[in-house]
Amino acid sequence: MATAVMTTLDPKSRSAARGMSDLSIRNLFIIPTIVFLIVFNIFPLLYSLGYSFTDFRASSPAAANFVGLQNYRELLNDPFIWSNFAITAKYVIVSVVGQVIVGFGVALLLNRDIPLKGLLTTLLLLPMMLSMAVVGLFWKLLYDPSFGIINYTLGLGSFEWLSNPDMALYAVAITDIWMWSPFVMLLSLAGLSAVPKHLYEAAAIDRAGSFYTFFRITLPLVAPILMIAIIFRTMEAFKTFDLAYILTSQPTTEVISIRLYKMAFQEWQTGRSCALAYIVLIMILAITNIYVKYLNKVKER
Amino acid sequence: MRKTMTSMLAGIGLVLACGTSVYAQDKELTIFWAEWDPANYLQELVNLYEAESGVKVTVETTPWPDFQTKAFTEFNARGSAYDMVVGDSQWIGAASEAGHYVDLTDFFNKHNLKEVMAPATVKYYAEYPSNSGKYWSIPAEGDAVGWSYRKDWFEDPKEMEAFKAKYGYDLGVPKDWKQLRDIAEFFHRPDEKRYGVAIYTDNSYDALVMGVENAIFSFGGELGDYATYKVDGIINSEQNVKALEAYKELYSFTPPGWAKAFFIEDNQAITENLAAMSMNYFAFFPALINEASNPNAKATGFFANPPGPNGDQFAALGGQGISVISYSENQEEAMKFLEWFIKDETQKKWAELGGYTASAKVLESPEFQNATPYNKAFYETMFKVKDFWATPEYAELLIQMNQRVYPYITGNQGTAKEVLDALAADWNATFKKYNRVK
Repeated sequence: MATAVMTTLDPKSRSAARGMSDLSIRNLFIIPTIVFLIVFNIFPLLYSLGYSFTDFRASSPAAANFVGLQNYRELLNDPFIWSNFAITAKYVIVSVVGQVIVGFGVALLLNRDIPLKGLLTTLLLLPMMLSMAVVGLFWKLLYDPSFGIINYTLGLGSFEWLSNPDMALYAVAITDIWMWSPFVMLLSLAGLSAVPKHLYEAAAIDRAGSFYTFFRITLPLVAPILMIAIIFRTMEAFKTFDLAYILTSQPTTEVISIRLYKMAFQEWQTGRSCALAYIVLIMILAITNIYVKYLNKVKER
Repeated sequence: MRKTMTSMLAGIGLVLACGTSVYAQDKELTIFWAEWDPANYLQELVNLYEAESGVKVTVETTPWPDFQTKAFTEFNARGSAYDMVVGDSQWIGAASEAGHYVDLTDFFNKHNLKEVMAPATVKYYAEYPSNSGKYWSIPAEGDAVGWSYRKDWFEDPKEMEAFKAKYGYDLGVPKDWKQLRDIAEFFHRPDEKRYGVAIYTDNSYDALVMGVENAIFSFGGELGDYATYKVDGIINSEQNVKALEAYKELYSFTPPGWAKAFFIEDNQAITENLAAMSMNYFAFFPALINEASNPNAKATGFFANPPGPNGDQFAALGGQGISVISYSENQEEAMKFLEWFIKDETQKKWAELGGYTASAKVLESPEFQNATPYNKAFYETMFKVKDFWATPEYAELLIQMNQRVYPYITGNQGTAKEVLDALAADWNATFKKYNRVK
């Protein structure tokens, strides 16, 4: 089937001159990728699934014993793990909702004829291009209660953003919103510019209000692409590690990936951390599936 | 095409061949340690070894929070990147049981290091299991927690008068934890941007736990019975509850944003006029008497961790021993280096450079004790130190303690008794899991 669909080589091309067939060229491109995927993704995935049913510790020469579902059972009964999941969920909601509001809002502002629009858009994209670690380090300085510019500008005195256990998670989410709203903005902007102008003209002729136009024309048409942005951001926010790890070490900001890291590389409970990684994977898959179903529904409309 | 491939392969081969031949020519040793001043002093020391023996020794470092992770990742991968490691005292169980460290018992006995090195350093840095007579490291950097304070604030006549009027005794170096608390409260003046005390609170590795240990050990408490793994009634004892409450109270006299403080922040508290007193490892005190790094160098004094209510006086042990890694390809060369390292002259030089030697002879010498304002306090402290669990599962125990204690100290959650009862249950479960107790 695949070979039948493929176009034939230009007989004058260098590849054709070397006597390479369509099939061998296809293999040349695809096989390395497949090998790479198998070696670095599929194999470790299956291997760690095996480990998740053992008490294996990479730090110990002792052989791994099969323990069945014990790791999963104990993890799911551990109140600390559940609190890590609750923290992660809170973080995902705050951060993704924030990014959608800010990102979509900025996109609406930019979706008109304004001078220097290109330059403005590029500048707004800068946070996204920085490394997470760098963003974490300099936001730590911005949040500093003694000399941080945020408290100085907002007149908050020595308000403790990062060492206040109730505030720290929001502080991390604010940083994430600052960094990733441009991503949502970029996708929204693409969606917005694809909305046919004549729909707005028709709405104007019918004297539709701006509120009505937004909810009945703009939002439904941008929704599919916005959903894609939300899927990406949710997946990313769910596995956030760097920002939270660098900014603060409050137990109230210990998202699940930080707990996983500690379990795997500080406590060396390799088997159990594999099990936890699988639980996280299943959760991300489930959430993504819900989104994808919704996305398909939106597209059908 | 074939020609290009052949020449490319030849090129790669040439590069590899050159690389290996350079590698094989020089004798090199790599010592892995955390990134801090003593590692720089050690590099200076080993440069002398290179001058003598022609063997190049490099001290490779990584920041403290990553030190354990990076070291054990290398060990577990059976990597030969490092020949020796100056590893933390609590690693010794995990590293020796897993076979990462070379057994140094013969070396230890041959050179009679049990007598040569200070007893606490032998017990906590070198021997595992306790009292087994098996040794895995050579005590290298002795260290313990001590305190620095602002002499100028303490000796200000107005402050002294006000203090005496309020508390009924003279302001001076605290003689016990009660006085430590009073002085912290006295100097805690957020309106003037002056605060009472700087303590360890960082929960990412062992900082907070070390800080709490200072209170626990001095209040006469223990973490558990290290021989039988019994923790019930020990970690959650009456003394420990009081000690934890005392530590929490000290936290209320710390500068703002003090919930992730370790050695850098605690020294900053002194250099930046933030706090009257600051807890820190002796290893970080050289920076405080150096006017280049501390504008208040002349006004900084030092004291040992004060006794608790019943007169018990102990401090949390820091410091590390140097071990040879089993996967090193230069073990013989590493042993030769250790022979040089334990010589009296080398240990003396090590102390002169700023390293905290564990050599009893050097520690006892008046020369060493008078060399800095804190050496005497260090010498006294090294005979009154206790340490965390050194069992292979210490990392789990440490994380459990952080998980329980941190929200109580910094976030006001629960009571000291509840926290320690919960910790006892966590530790019991962990010891059961590893069949330490039935």
